[in-house]
Amino acid sequence: MSLFLVVALPFLGALLPGLMNSAGRQACAGVTFTVTLAAFIGLLTNLPAVMAGELVTARADWIPTLGLNFTLMLDGLGFFFALLILGIGLLIIAYARSYLAREDNMGEFFTYLLLFQGAMVGIVMSDNILLLLIFWELTSLSSFLLIGYWKHLPAGRQGARMALTVTGMGGLAMVGGMLILGNIVGSYDLSVILQSRELIQDSPLYLPALILILLGCFTKSAQFPFHFWLPHAMAAPTPVSAYLHSATMVKAGIFLMARMWPVLSGTTEWFVIVTTAGLITMVLGAIIALFKHDLKALLAFSTVSHLGLITMLLGTGTPFGAMAAVFHILNHATFKAALFMSAGIIDHEAHTRDIRQLGGLRTLMPVTFVIATLAALSMAGIPLLNGFLSKEMMLEEANHTVLFNTPWLVPTLAVVGSLFSAAYCFRLIGHVFFGPVRDDYPAKPHDPPKGLWLPPAVLVVLVVAIGVAPFLAEPFVKLVTKSLLGTAAEVPKAYFKIWHGLVPALYMSIAAVVGGAIVLAMFKPLLRMWDATPRPEAKVIFEGLIEAIVKLGQSIIHTVHNGAFSRYAAIMVVTVIAAGYHAWTTGAVGEATRTLQPAGPVAIAGWLMLVAATLGMAFLHRNRLLSLVLIGIVGLMVSIGFVFVSAPDLAMTQITVEVVTIILMLLALNFLPNRTPVESTVLRRMRDVVVAVTGGLATFALAYHYMLREAVTTPISEFHLANSYKGGGGTNVVNVILVDFRGFDTYGEIIVLGIAALLIYALTETLLSSSVRAKLLNRKPDQPRAGNQHPMMMVVLTRVMMPVVMMVGFYIFLRGHNEPGGGFIAGLIVSIGVVMQYMASGFSWASARLRYPYHGVIGAGVLVAGLTGIGSWFVGKPFLTSDFTYVRIPPFQEFELATAAAFDLGVFLAVVGAVMLSLESFSRLARRDKTVENEHAFDIDPSRDDPPEPEPIGQKGEV
Amino acid sequence: MEFLIASAIGILTAAGIYLVLRLRSFPVILGVSLLTYAVNIFLFTSGRITIGASPILQKDVTTYSDPLPQALVLTAIVISFGMTAVVVMIALGSYLGSNDDHVDDPKVEPSETEDAT
Repeated sequence: MSLFLVVALPFLGALLPGLMNSAGRQACAGVTFTVTLAAFIGLLTNLPAVMAGELVTARADWIPTLGLNFTLMLDGLGFFFALLILGIGLLIIAYARSYLAREDNMGEFFTYLLLFQGAMVGIVMSDNILLLLIFWELTSLSSFLLIGYWKHLPAGRQGARMALTVTGMGGLAMVGGMLILGNIVGSYDLSVILQSRELIQDSPLYLPALILILLGCFTKSAQFPFHFWLPHAMAAPTPVSAYLHSATMVKAGIFLMARMWPVLSGTTEWFVIVTTAGLITMVLGAIIALFKHDLKALLAFSTVSHLGLITMLLGTGTPFGAMAAVFHILNHATFKAALFMSAGIIDHEAHTRDIRQLGGLRTLMPVTFVIATLAALSMAGIPLLNGFLSKEMMLEEANHTVLFNTPWLVPTLAVVGSLFSAAYCFRLIGHVFFGPVRDDYPAKPHDPPKGLWLPPAVLVVLVVAIGVAPFLAEPFVKLVTKSLLGTAAEVPKAYFKIWHGLVPALYMSIAAVVGGAIVLAMFKPLLRMWDATPRPEAKVIFEGLIEAIVKLGQSIIHTVHNGAFSRYAAIMVVTVIAAGYHAWTTGAVGEATRTLQPAGPVAIAGWLMLVAATLGMAFLHRNRLLSLVLIGIVGLMVSIGFVFVSAPDLAMTQITVEVVTIILMLLALNFLPNRTPVESTVLRRMRDVVVAVTGGLATFALAYHYMLREAVTTPISEFHLANSYKGGGGTNVVNVILVDFRGFDTYGEIIVLGIAALLIYALTETLLSSSVRAKLLNRKPDQPRAGNQHPMMMVVLTRVMMPVVMMVGFYIFLRGHNEPGGGFIAGLIVSIGVVMQYMASGFSWASARLRYPYHGVIGAGVLVAGLTGIGSWFVGKPFLTSDFTYVRIPPFQEFELATAAAFDLGVFLAVVGAVMLSLESFSRLARRDKTVENEHAFDIDPSRDDPPEPEPIGQKGEV
Repeated sequence: MEFLIASAIGILTAAGIYLVLRLRSFPVILGVSLLTYAVNIFLFTSGRITIGASPILQKDVTTYSDPLPQALVLTAIVISFGMTAVVVMIALGSYLGSNDDHVDDPKVEPSETEDAT
């Protein structure tokens, strides 16, 4: 089966449990099991090739320019890990089916599990380190979901957050390390990197890359000092703990160290960092594990300890160490998964995991007793079980390892670690299963149904089989070791045997087991001592650290982002002016090349009106209605100015937009206070004047200098002028640019306009469904109403004018391609015509005659424009390629038909819809309670007979 | 002519900035509108000023004003209407909801900040 399929199956399958959720728990678990089984079988089909030493690959280009390709490879090492992930995954799924309670959402659980499984398989099969990083981050995210699966438990949420923070940080460090590595080698492909040992180790960037990558590995694999997240992740359901902490998540860091072993190991830096971290983790984890009373916490720290052991073995940098590491990964995965599942069984049946409340379960739960005891003895390193074999190899390797020039250091610590390891294993067996049967268990313990004990039993069979007949595992372990070592070293010749003769490792092993038994015998006094010793609590430190960071962030944000908009605006303006000043003083300005255009008296008169209105606004802005009148003048003068400087399209657009904007502002002013009170101090106003005048002078200077000089590079407008008629079929170049040359821009713009209108509609709906509605309905108008709500003269006039307005709109639309006009302007004109009806005849009258909702009009516009663009695909042209032809239908003259006209129709519809939806939304706010909805256009408002009390000026609108 | 246009841009900008720095929402919106005019005209002038030469192709005419900035400014005018409408709606909603049209958040006491976290 293709590697793509093996990796993709869990991801695709992740959809199924969620979908099957309503089909029942059996179906849900069944489908998950089937998906995993399919991937597992798919993996096995590649076994012959891997056994033959071939490198199975699959490759698809993703972003080749970045060196990021979807390349997968499968060698012995990847196969080994994938086998563990999928194989133990199958057992976990079967186990979880029985473990999860009725109230747990099984579909959700299995979806997360499959996502996680896919990400893990992706890591071990990636041939591209960037791809590997992506899968790496995916495991962090999906394990977060799994650990926090019981969302109702605070411990679950905190544990998940801690795991995500620690592994996520490590992941970030690793991104840096991998990028450096890729930079050194010049390729992100693992197959290339693994061949470049000398190049990497000679590079000055070797040490930073090594440290960053190891940070990623150590956080993921819970190595000291990042080990603290793992025990807190135990708040997850037991199947998750068994899966994540035996075979998968925590092994990802180990996998990466193994994967990079050929190129990164062998140096002093690698040896010192990795071996030291591994040794400390191993000893520390083992000691803490002994004193944990929670079964899962004990197993969690024992996992930490064993991960340390494997790390230490990889750190030695010898082929024998690497082989021992591979063997121990296999053994640890089998016995640790079995132990976690046993702990889950005990928790499930006895309703407690506290060792102090347990004991005597041997007779009550015989099946569980056998499974857990065999697995625990294997972990303790008792002969005839697989843990013994790899532990012997570890001790053997430790005997030859000299750290810090102290030959006794590593062997001693290795024995101490093994000693405590044996002690907690004995404690697990002795304090849980032996001793007297008690009568105060929270629930009556008994053996679980088959679904729960069968999966760990399968693993224990492996534990015993490998332990009794190590030669069965030998070829496979050597195959994996061979691909781990790559070309860097030869596979060691050592044979896997139970009896190696009276070697030092055997004495060390005996010392550890006997010592472990002695330590357990003295457990009570030791525990008292342990409880009396003050220890740093990792969780408290972590939470404190997080809190300090949050505080720091808050203090910065509260200082910088204090909610004062006017301050932000001032800072922005001053910054822009400063940046402009800097550019002005450091750059060079060429000679003025353009001659000034003459300005006639009309232009000067227009300028004077514009300036007067603008200054008037600045001085008289407290009277809001007056400032609206003044801004109307400004807009009018700008429109006229556009006529003057040869921009007829702009003039038409500006003046129509002006009308709808003023109507909109008037509608808004209806609700807002109509005066702005004096609040700012004189000093503040002076400051603002200084800022404003500086800004004004700066823009003036910039614009003036700009206009006196030609463009630095030749503008592309010549192309548009030359091709407008030939290529676009229109003589109005501005319109042709809009609907043809830059049609895609325009398409985006009408979508933005539509979204803005929908946003206004949504805000109105929100307002009207909140407490504001009552306020609006009972609002007292702040000025006496006109008696005649809908003056007859205006009604008649607007209705008579409506057809004319529509005709003008139609005309402007049609001529747009060749003369000033087009969809934008026609849309605005028609909108104004419709708005007039609302104003003259009233909201209800107008909306009753509304046949198509404005949302639909916007949608139709965008759709028409889009379909026009898509139409060009059918003739094999890119999106929005336009075409035109001339036709003659007698008795008319010859006229032009262009696809651009259809596009312009879309623009027209979108503009009409957007403008009308905005204005309509505003006017919906204005409807009041207890006013008679007008059914006829010419009605009299009876409330005129009762004019409201005039209010004192200054308090208006504050009701 | 160039001087008139440049000074108009300058004055519109100055008045716009001044109004944007006011404390109530309505003047701020008007200020943004003035800045919009200024920016649109400024963008337009990037095609330089040509009088009596509309970009409508005609026989035997070779001088046209630059059509590209015109097309860009045309859409900018329409979009600025949409933007103004949204901002006005937000200002209105905030006023109706809180009976307050200040643009600055009220000053928060340090003790309240800690409670909020």
